[in-house]
Amino acid sequence: MMNKTADILVIDDEQVIIDAVIKICKLDNYTVDTALNTKTGLDKIAKNYYPIIISDIMMPDGNGFDILEEVNKQKKDSVVIMTTGFSTVENAVNSLYKNAVDFIPKPFTVDELLSSVYRAFNYQKIKAKQIHLSLQKRSDEILYVTCPAKYLRLGYSTWMNQEREGTVLIGVCDLFVKTIDSVQQIELLNVDDEIAQGINCASFVCSNDRNHKILAPVSGRIVEVNESVKTEANIIEKDPYFEGWIYRVIPANFDYEIKFLIPCSSDRI
Amino acid sequence: MFKKIGLKIIFAVALTSLVIIGVFAYFSVQSQSKGLIAEVERHANQLSETVVASTRVDMMLNQRDRIQQIINSIGTQKHIRDVRVLNKVGEIIYSSDSSNINKMVDKNAESCFACHAADKPLEHLSMTERTRIFKVNPDSNRILAIITPIYNEKSCWQAECHAHDSDQKVLGVLDVSISLAEVDKAIVSSELKILFFALIAVIGVGLVIAFFIRRWVSNPVKDLLSATQQVSQGNLNYTIKEMGEDEIGKLGLSFNNMTKKLAEARMQLFQSDKMASLGRLAAGVAHEINNPLTGVLTYSSFLLKRTKDNPEFQEDLKVIVRETLRSREIVKSLLDFARQSVPKKSSANINEIIDKALSVIDSQLSVNKVRVVKQTEHNLPALVVDANQIQQVIINLVVNASDAIGKDGGVITILTKQISLAPLGITQIKKAACPKRHNLIDNDFKIDGIPAIKVKVVSDGKEGIIHLDPVYGKHRNIFNTGFKISKDAKFVCPDCNNSVVDQEKVCPICGSPVLVFEISGQGRYEVCSSENSNWEKWDYIDSLGLKEFIEIRITDTGSGISKEDLSKIFEPFFSTKGQKGTGLGLAVIWGIIDNHNGSITVDSEPGKGTTFTIRLPLSQ
Repeated sequence: MMNKTADILVIDDEQVIIDAVIKICKLDNYTVDTALNTKTGLDKIAKNYYPIIISDIMMPDGNGFDILEEVNKQKKDSVVIMTTGFSTVENAVNSLYKNAVDFIPKPFTVDELLSSVYRAFNYQKIKAKQIHLSLQKRSDEILYVTCPAKYLRLGYSTWMNQEREGTVLIGVCDLFVKTIDSVQQIELLNVDDEIAQGINCASFVCSNDRNHKILAPVSGRIVEVNESVKTEANIIEKDPYFEGWIYRVIPANFDYEIKFLIPCSSDRI
Repeated sequence: MFKKIGLKIIFAVALTSLVIIGVFAYFSVQSQSKGLIAEVERHANQLSETVVASTRVDMMLNQRDRIQQIINSIGTQKHIRDVRVLNKVGEIIYSSDSSNINKMVDKNAESCFACHAADKPLEHLSMTERTRIFKVNPDSNRILAIITPIYNEKSCWQAECHAHDSDQKVLGVLDVSISLAEVDKAIVSSELKILFFALIAVIGVGLVIAFFIRRWVSNPVKDLLSATQQVSQGNLNYTIKEMGEDEIGKLGLSFNNMTKKLAEARMQLFQSDKMASLGRLAAGVAHEINNPLTGVLTYSSFLLKRTKDNPEFQEDLKVIVRETLRSREIVKSLLDFARQSVPKKSSANINEIIDKALSVIDSQLSVNKVRVVKQTEHNLPALVVDANQIQQVIINLVVNASDAIGKDGGVITILTKQISLAPLGITQIKKAACPKRHNLIDNDFKIDGIPAIKVKVVSDGKEGIIHLDPVYGKHRNIFNTGFKISKDAKFVCPDCNNSVVDQEKVCPICGSPVLVFEISGQGRYEVCSSENSNWEKWDYIDSLGLKEFIEIRITDTGSGISKEDLSKIFEPFFSTKGQKGTGLGLAVIWGIIDNHNGSITVDSEPGKGTTFTIRLPLSQ
């Protein structure tokens, strides 16, 4: 393994954003390396090791998705956070589908960036550990519970499961729960509210005062909210895939949106 | 020669009447002249009989001078040319022309020929046989001559002069010739009269026809012509004034209808284009603004964290953060506007959406004294739509209607109903297969954004690909092979080279081979292989009958929209509300309805009101 030169590599064609990210990351004592275009970014990724890479999507000399693909291929132990000013839902869900750890639409606040980086680090640690364990051929140790085979997930954070009545259940994956601290409070939407794929649908306030938002895996109208999760937040940690569901939703555009979801059955190979 | 349809018709009619009148005139003149000649004949016959009778006694007494005298005196009458008596050997014994007396007339001469044509002379002749018409020389008048045989009688051979034997039958012939100059004159004058009449009649008919053709054909055709010119120059608002109920009138109506439909289609196309470019603009602007906004937001929220113990700074920084977050929301909504491509659809009842929309603007309507009349059809099937977007559409249209009505009050009628429209031009072929079940849908070649059906053509040793329109009924097939497809060309699947031609069928329009494709679960789709025919058939879809839509009509009694404005109201940034409006309302509405695969049209009459009609498909 290459030696770590910095915790984070920021790739963005705007100097002001790079400066801002450096400043913010200093608050949590992360070291930051930078690249002003995709070419420099790819060079640095090839030469050095960064646990976290934050990449803009639209840059003059290339596309952030190229960086994402390169990291997926070459650097199994790095994770990528995608960000863009062209913050469409398509960009968000596409990023997550292509294995980005998170998508932060610009403009973002200090807290939004910090909570995302925080989760990314925890995720990266779990991933690194997993690689380490598999190298030692020790599969008996369970780091997190993968979601049931017939479920679909958006990135690693939220899952959905189609019910017989045509409704779908939505919840958070165990891996996501493992990347945040113990949940103090969950802020949920109400019945009859509309949610949209790739858009915030709930936020988790954790013990260390961080606020983590999750993105809805599908669009639709909420028909039921799991009230017990509201009152007893730790159900999500105990049983994230069954008792810990969050919303029951009538999907609006399921046939279209399903192509951005990853089948959980692919996790078991 | 005849470049005008009116002249052609006039020519045809004039020619017809000329022929009819000519034939009529010919027979009329013919019968008239026949009658005149017959009259002259009768007169001549009478005269001859009279001469024979009046000379009879003198003949008996053999008083030749008296006979000559009588003949002379008759011969002096104006139109009598000659009176002469010939004896049986052809010698002229009496004549009104004394120079002819004692001359011999040949048996073949006209006056003798009638009887002496055969070797044995005839004794009895009918009147027509006794009559002859001739000319002395070509340029003289016609002459009618009649011969009257003088028969032998008992008193003749018993007379004292003993001039005749008893065994003779005919003693001689009286030959009276009468000039036909008068008659000919009358015939010529009547011919002239009829010719004159015919001329007048033909000219008259021509003028009358010309008048009506100008009125019923030329002028309307001229109007149509100038209308087509206007349309070809791009003026689709041009309408032809009412032209009556005949075929040309109907053509005019159908022309107006066509231009209206064309204008609508152009508008939809134009609008799609404009919305797309506006979307790109908005997306570009959003991207550009979001980067500097990130700077502002991160630095200000960073400072906010760093200055926790400085309340004075905190207040100011919070304002900056709050306002930057607000800007973020504005940019986001701009992006949302640009990105209407994926509506969040769910099942909803249109009447409920309308009720919800009306409850939002209820107070505003009652302030303006606007009464809303709902003519909603009950038990309408549920639509799969983005209820919020449709509600926004209804609210915008009703508020617009209320604005058009103004302060004096009025009525807004909202009507919903289910309608059926033909599936042609709507249904898309999503899967087409060759006999070996290879997929023929070409995702790399799209017609109007929809993947087309590809077919390989092998013609005279050349190979190429043709693409067929995947929308049933639109016929936008593309034959870009670069070579001419011959009559015995083969149409095959590009994957397995199996023929896709239906062996038992040819195109009923042009006789070309018919291509046939399996549409999974939806029967067979047949289409003519020729560029020149639009024939296609999809029994499965045809048998489904009509496609169902929900129609929503919002009608107001407001000020209406002028014709010039009507063509522009769906354009972004077009507004008649001056400072009050942004001009995005109807453009957004159009975009929403378009994204629901629906259509929106507007009809308006200034001073009377406006009707917006929205059609949303019941199933995708």
